Amino acid sequence: MKIGVMVNEGPYQRQSSDSAYLFCKAAIGAGHEIERVFFYHDGVNNATKLTEPPQDDRNVVARWTKLAQDHGVDLVVCVAAALRRGIVEQNLAQGFRISGLGQLVESAIQSDRMVVFGD
Amino acid sequence: MDEAGIIKKFLFVNRKAPYGSVYALEGLEVVLISAAFDQDVSLAFVDDGVFQLAKGQNPKAIETKNFSPTYRALEGYDIEKLYVERESLQARGLAEEDLLVDVKVVSTAEMSALMDEMDVLISF
Repeated sequence: MKIGVMVNEGPYQRQSSDSAYLFCKAAIGAGHEIERVFFYHDGVNNATKLTEPPQDDRNVVARWTKLAQDHGVDLVVCVAAALRRGIVEQNLAQGFRISGLGQLVESAIQSDRMVVFGD
Repeated sequence: MDEAGIIKKFLFVNRKAPYGSVYALEGLEVVLISAAFDQDVSLAFVDDGVFQLAKGQNPKAIETKNFSPTYRALEGYDIEKLYVERESLQARGLAEEDLLVDVKVVSTAEMSALMDEMDVLISF
């Protein structure tokens, strides 16, 4: 099954982006395809390479980057939401790209299921 | 676009007040973009989301943009199916005539039936 994922909350404050990441890994492990992960609202904060969590904690941003590298998952950050929050090309972590909201609608059209994480 | 020809039933569910968080504003941006994709788009307003359609919004005092006129412009984008949950309206002391656009007021049960028919549900 082709699955589109939407992440609406930033990392660390709440569990949503962790849940989204774990869902993606589990889905890929079960043989599904993650068609795209679209980051919206504060979810765009998942994409900043300036993130520096303590060493004994998970690195949410680096995990997304690894998911993109290992499985070719398309990580798209909404440009308007990103600009509002200071996420631009210069501080974008590897594996992410900035694009428009059309990518979210397109993902919903092309996927068999759309799964949304976060409030 | 290779999705040409696919038409899905989208329901954008608006659950939050227009001000106090960014969800209503950024949700509306998704709705407007979806109009460009020739999909079958409906909007639902439930819980505090019904306040998004209230007439006479004036957020000047909180130095926030009043984006409520955009709901009136939706018709121009061929987005005409707006559903408001009756119970949410009533619980907030609002009636259909307090809303700034034409909507279909439905019961909670009718709203669940509507959601059941959809291909894509995204809530804000």
